[in-house]
Amino acid sequence: MTQQFLLYPLLWQLFLSIVLMFAWRHIQIQKIISIVGSAIGVGLSVALFYEVWQNGTLVVQAASWKAPFGISFVGDMLAATLVLLTSIAGLAVSSYSAASLIPARLRFGYFSIFHFLILGLTGAFLTGDIFNLYVWFEIIIISSFVLITLGGEKAQIEGAVKYFTLNFLASIIFLTAIAVLYGLAGSLNMADLAILIPQIENRGLVEVAAILFLVAFGIKSAVFPLYFWLPASYHTPPSAIAAIFGGLLTKVGVYALIRFFSLMFVEDVLLDQILMVIAILTLISGGLGAMVQTNVRKVFSYLIICHIGFMIAGLGMFTELAIAGAVFYLIHDIVVKTNLFMISGLIYRIKGSNRFKELGGIYKEYPKLSLMMIIPMFSLIGIPPLSGFWPKVSLIIASFDTQSYFILAAVIFASFITLVVVAKLWAEVFWKEPDKFPKKNHFLYFKKMTLARKLQMILPIMMLTGVSLYLGFGAENIQQLSMRITSELMNTDFYINAVLPNN
Amino acid sequence: MRTLILKTASDYLLPILLLFSIFILLRGHYLPGGGFVGGLMASIAFVLHAFANGLKDTKKLLKFHPGFLMPAGLLLSFLSGLLPVILQDAAFMTGLWLENPIPVIGSIGTALFFDVGVYIVVLGVTLTIIFTISESA
Repeated sequence: MTQQFLLYPLLWQLFLSIVLMFAWRHIQIQKIISIVGSAIGVGLSVALFYEVWQNGTLVVQAASWKAPFGISFVGDMLAATLVLLTSIAGLAVSSYSAASLIPARLRFGYFSIFHFLILGLTGAFLTGDIFNLYVWFEIIIISSFVLITLGGEKAQIEGAVKYFTLNFLASIIFLTAIAVLYGLAGSLNMADLAILIPQIENRGLVEVAAILFLVAFGIKSAVFPLYFWLPASYHTPPSAIAAIFGGLLTKVGVYALIRFFSLMFVEDVLLDQILMVIAILTLISGGLGAMVQTNVRKVFSYLIICHIGFMIAGLGMFTELAIAGAVFYLIHDIVVKTNLFMISGLIYRIKGSNRFKELGGIYKEYPKLSLMMIIPMFSLIGIPPLSGFWPKVSLIIASFDTQSYFILAAVIFASFITLVVVAKLWAEVFWKEPDKFPKKNHFLYFKKMTLARKLQMILPIMMLTGVSLYLGFGAENIQQLSMRITSELMNTDFYINAVLPNN
Repeated sequence: MRTLILKTASDYLLPILLLFSIFILLRGHYLPGGGFVGGLMASIAFVLHAFANGLKDTKKLLKFHPGFLMPAGLLLSFLSGLLPVILQDAAFMTGLWLENPIPVIGSIGTALFFDVGVYIVVLGVTLTIIFTISESA
């Protein structure tokens, strides 16, 4: 297989969205193209993953301009893994949105924009150039802004404005940081910068650039104290859209943080300490926020914030084991958060609400479905042997090794609080005897759906639950993968030599 | 605001502006210009025509919905980038050029088709936006 294979998952998504634009008015055709296309996309990503696993990093210099002058695309193990997870989540949400969204929302090119979003995510993971990363972030923001407003309800617009303002602010800060860095180093190729940044004499400005990057990605990944946009906006769009947002958008920020602070701004003690403090506060504030919420999707939104803390904590401790834990958690979190928001949509379809006081008794009505829904929640808490447990073991051992006991305490506190929150949610939504509420008239309840449509909604949840189970029971493989990713990340020469072979 | 002067002028201006936009498009490889500016100019030609003769006439002139131009242009740009991958197993967007330049147009390569794609997309987007706004106004 050739090096060019690296870009196939990316180009395929672009091709899909173009084809979907041609079928603008034919929603039924769009659904079929999107689901089949996403399945092919998963196939391409699996092939890319396998190729990288077997033969090491793939590099493509776009338009054949040699690095550091052109734009490099780098598929190392981390990027290939995340592209694979993105495509899996994309397939699940594509099928799920075909069943759960009403036609009025699908009419204005929903699927086309959706694949543009996946394109942006894939590009952000694969690129090896900071400015190109900025462009992918813009593609992500613009398409997510369209997705969040499609339908045009009042609450949606309100959420979208908050979402867009803060993310746009993050983009401006990101751009400023790029400008500072370019002024200092004269290059924006990540591998080139990894060589150049340690040679810069003006350490103060390097620090400023690093902090600016930290703030920009901090807003995007919703860490303390920059997370307010997330719970204010994630419960407004339909759950299919919230699923792809919750699963992947914040994780791009985390990915960028991991990439930047393991490749370019390394051995910076101040930065590591800041990251650790942020991680602790994120874990605590996100957890406490989730405690007081009484809406299923708001609870999940706060849990996203809380669990970002685990990854940042791993990055802050910056030992081999800690990074491996962070990477494992990233893998687990993408699958589980996508799944949780799809579950919240399923609850909404069953009961017509997402508020605790209007819910209850789902376990009595649908015992098997409820048991399926508890698996991702258990893996979210980290009950052994499910997938959330293993990365936390790595993180806790790492925090003993580095004697960062505050991190240790925060990790345990956040895990515990997640348990409390999920237990409360389970009791309120599944066990409680429901109050009588009038049925909504123009609402498509789960019961009234055709079997095909039900399956289209449940199968993606089952698929992601299966992936979660694999992550838990096949933890040895995933740990091996995380350790390999970590060794690639810690040894920066590896990345540099792949992009700049003559250096 | 339908004046005879504007109407008469726009009949002449439409082809001239379109020609000029293509000139700008072809000029763009080494000099200022290119697909984006060219596309904007071409859309100005149609907007001027719509001001003078009404939206209905312009739509009749175009024959199809301008929204269709967006995916068409994107596809052209995409294929021009994909061509080197298929033909030579080179990186995406690598420039392939014909050996001998063609009179008037100059050297022909994949970059030209990419720019033509941009031209079409910009034309489609601008016209869609302006037509939508003036329809609802």
